[in-house]
Amino acid sequence: MWEDKEQKGLVFPLILVILALLGGVAEAALPTVEGKADVWKLVTLQSYNSRLVILSTTLLGVTSGLVGVFLLLRKRSLMGDALSHATYPGIGLAFLVMTFVGGEGKWLPGLLLGASVTGVVGVSLVSAIRHTTFLKDDAAMGIILGVFFGAGVAIMKMVSNLPGADAAGLDSFVYGTAASLIFADFLLILVVTGVVCGAAILLLKEFTLVCFDESFAISQGWPALRLDLIMLALVTAVTVVGLQAVGLVLIIAFLIIPAAAARFWSHKLHVMLLLAASIGGASGWLGSGLSSLLVDLPTGAVIVLVAATIFIFSMLFGFEHGILPRAVRQTRLRRKVGRQHLLRAIYEILESRQPDTAEPVSNLPIDLVLLSHHRSWSPAELQRLLRTARGEDHLEDELPGRVRLSESGFGEAARVTRNHRLWELYLIRYADIAPSHVDRDADLVEHVLDADVVRQLELELQGRPVRMFVPPSPHLIDQPSG
Amino acid sequence: MEFNWDSLDTWTVVIGGLSAVAAALPGCFLVLRRMSMMGDAISHAILPGIAMGFLLTHTRITVVMFIGAACAGLLTAAFTQCISKYGKVDRGAAMGIVFTTLFAIGLILIRQSAQHVELDPGCVLYGSLEYSVIDMLQIGAIELPRAAVSIGSVMCINILVITFLHKELAISTFDPALATTLGISSVLMHYILMVVVAVTTVAAFEALGSIIVIAMLVVPPATALLLTRRLSNMLTFSAVIGMLSAFLGHLGAVAIPPAFGFQATVSSGMMAVAAGALFCCAWFFSPSQGLLVRLRKKGGRLPPLAGEGS
Repeated sequence: MWEDKEQKGLVFPLILVILALLGGVAEAALPTVEGKADVWKLVTLQSYNSRLVILSTTLLGVTSGLVGVFLLLRKRSLMGDALSHATYPGIGLAFLVMTFVGGEGKWLPGLLLGASVTGVVGVSLVSAIRHTTFLKDDAAMGIILGVFFGAGVAIMKMVSNLPGADAAGLDSFVYGTAASLIFADFLLILVVTGVVCGAAILLLKEFTLVCFDESFAISQGWPALRLDLIMLALVTAVTVVGLQAVGLVLIIAFLIIPAAAARFWSHKLHVMLLLAASIGGASGWLGSGLSSLLVDLPTGAVIVLVAATIFIFSMLFGFEHGILPRAVRQTRLRRKVGRQHLLRAIYEILESRQPDTAEPVSNLPIDLVLLSHHRSWSPAELQRLLRTARGEDHLEDELPGRVRLSESGFGEAARVTRNHRLWELYLIRYADIAPSHVDRDADLVEHVLDADVVRQLELELQGRPVRMFVPPSPHLIDQPSG
Repeated sequence: MEFNWDSLDTWTVVIGGLSAVAAALPGCFLVLRRMSMMGDAISHAILPGIAMGFLLTHTRITVVMFIGAACAGLLTAAFTQCISKYGKVDRGAAMGIVFTTLFAIGLILIRQSAQHVELDPGCVLYGSLEYSVIDMLQIGAIELPRAAVSIGSVMCINILVITFLHKELAISTFDPALATTLGISSVLMHYILMVVVAVTTVAAFEALGSIIVIAMLVVPPATALLLTRRLSNMLTFSAVIGMLSAFLGHLGAVAIPPAFGFQATVSSGMMAVAAGALFCCAWFFSPSQGLLVRLRKKGGRLPPLAGEGS
């Protein structure tokens, strides 16, 4: 339970650390021609030129980070890929229709509506193929992606050859042109991301249920299919408004990377959502800021690189699933298990020298050869274990070819052995495990027994507390009065 | 509606058909291994490989481009593997992270080198068929388009690889555990497939754009899988379907738009659409698994597929 509290407390400092880190990276990467004052101006939105772009990409990053978490948890991250490619023919078709109706062919909301329509059709077809054929998710997505994008390429070519219509710039949807965003575009992004974020927050409980246990959600009468569709509709909305700013390839990164990076820090959904939104927002902000300083770089690409940097950092250092913290935890556990095995082995050897069970076990030096035979340790392994134990003051100073427990080591060995036996007794009595097998089975769990469980075990086993031998006090002990 | 079929049309269909076959053969294994999206990922991810090739040599030497692309393909596969194994990230998501990042790096490299390299990122997607059918190569007495020669040789290499490694690929696809006990490295097969896909993409992208590879890697094999359940048949069918879609696609590109008063459109896009149309035919009318057949057998209710979830 303590972990829970610690995590909540750590999220906000963590976000700050990530921001500071990126700030540092950004500053180091900047060309010398630009002064620090300019950078500061840019990051704090004082420069008018980049304000719109930075705000738009930040909003997009926050929103796509949020919905990306649901995609990731449903193992559908690549749906964003299929979806964004499926929007491409919609843009061309919308342009054609609007030109024929006689309107302005490049009216942005119209184009985006077209994109949404083919996007939704594509996603529905993916689901139809998956449900009615042998083909799996990936093949269904691959088919839709390839065919729709091919149709898009063909339609775009037709459109660009259309006499009397100016289709220049339509292909900017593939790579995105954040720099050309105008105020109306920003308003559109603001409204759409606002609606998507609001819907995601309102439906948080329902989405959580569907993400983690779909069959339970269905059995409880939740409309899982409809919730799924709403989720995909939200993803479609983000993808479509993101097309213009970062392009259809790089919006995929926005949907996947922040969510995947957030997963390394926590397995709690609300923490993940918060982190994914912050990581998405931070990459949008810093990425577009950086790209407006480095003149010739495409905004979408820089944003993706910033997000990828955060991802790599999270993958290495994330507390929950990060590679390094996990390795540290594993090493610690391995060491603990090794130490307990060593102490118990020594104790068991000492015990065997004392045939009379009524007598207390006494702490004598024992042969290393005997010890290594006891659990068939290789000499190198044994040396490593002994070194660790010596570091923890469980062993007395080096004796040639022999080893002797220290005072604290002897106590610890008795405790470890007692826990092991308690657990064995429990398994024999309550889990019906044959006495000949119990040693191995007990081994799997005993290393993680904590004090509470041990106490409970003692009570369970007819309340006979197994005591370590302590001789009676040779003098009177003052009892505190009262 | 009338149009004249000339040698350019023939060469377009030939190049398209060769690319389709070259892509469809490794594609069968991708579909069976549930890695269909790898084609899309690799076709985006080879961009930095191609760009590096250009930057290092300042020329469009095809061999360098192939090496760059093969490296990028290997890197995509390796990074994806690494992230999903050590980071415990879902494989699809890992793939998405890797290919978008590599694509972003590629875009930046191309933009940085725009001064001395005439490489348009758009050309990676759409190709430039108009030029590649004119760009002829003299071999002995015969004159062939350079693109046809390069994609043709890649197709031959793919056929050779799949013939020689047929057993290994099949076993490691259907039963990786058995493959390991027989001493076949599933990992090696995986990387060989990735290199094949990357090299095919490069060979095709110059002429027809990477879109044809993305579509042909998945659609013809998936269509074939709806028609047969045998691997050898699947390989043959997907090659035939690939060629057929190249032909129909080009026909559609020159014939359909003029019918509505437009100029002809790019063939590669229409080839993908034609493949999609063939897929729909198989989806509805396949004698064994077609929707209509199954509907009629069970009197209007769609029965679950036998062996579903296997």
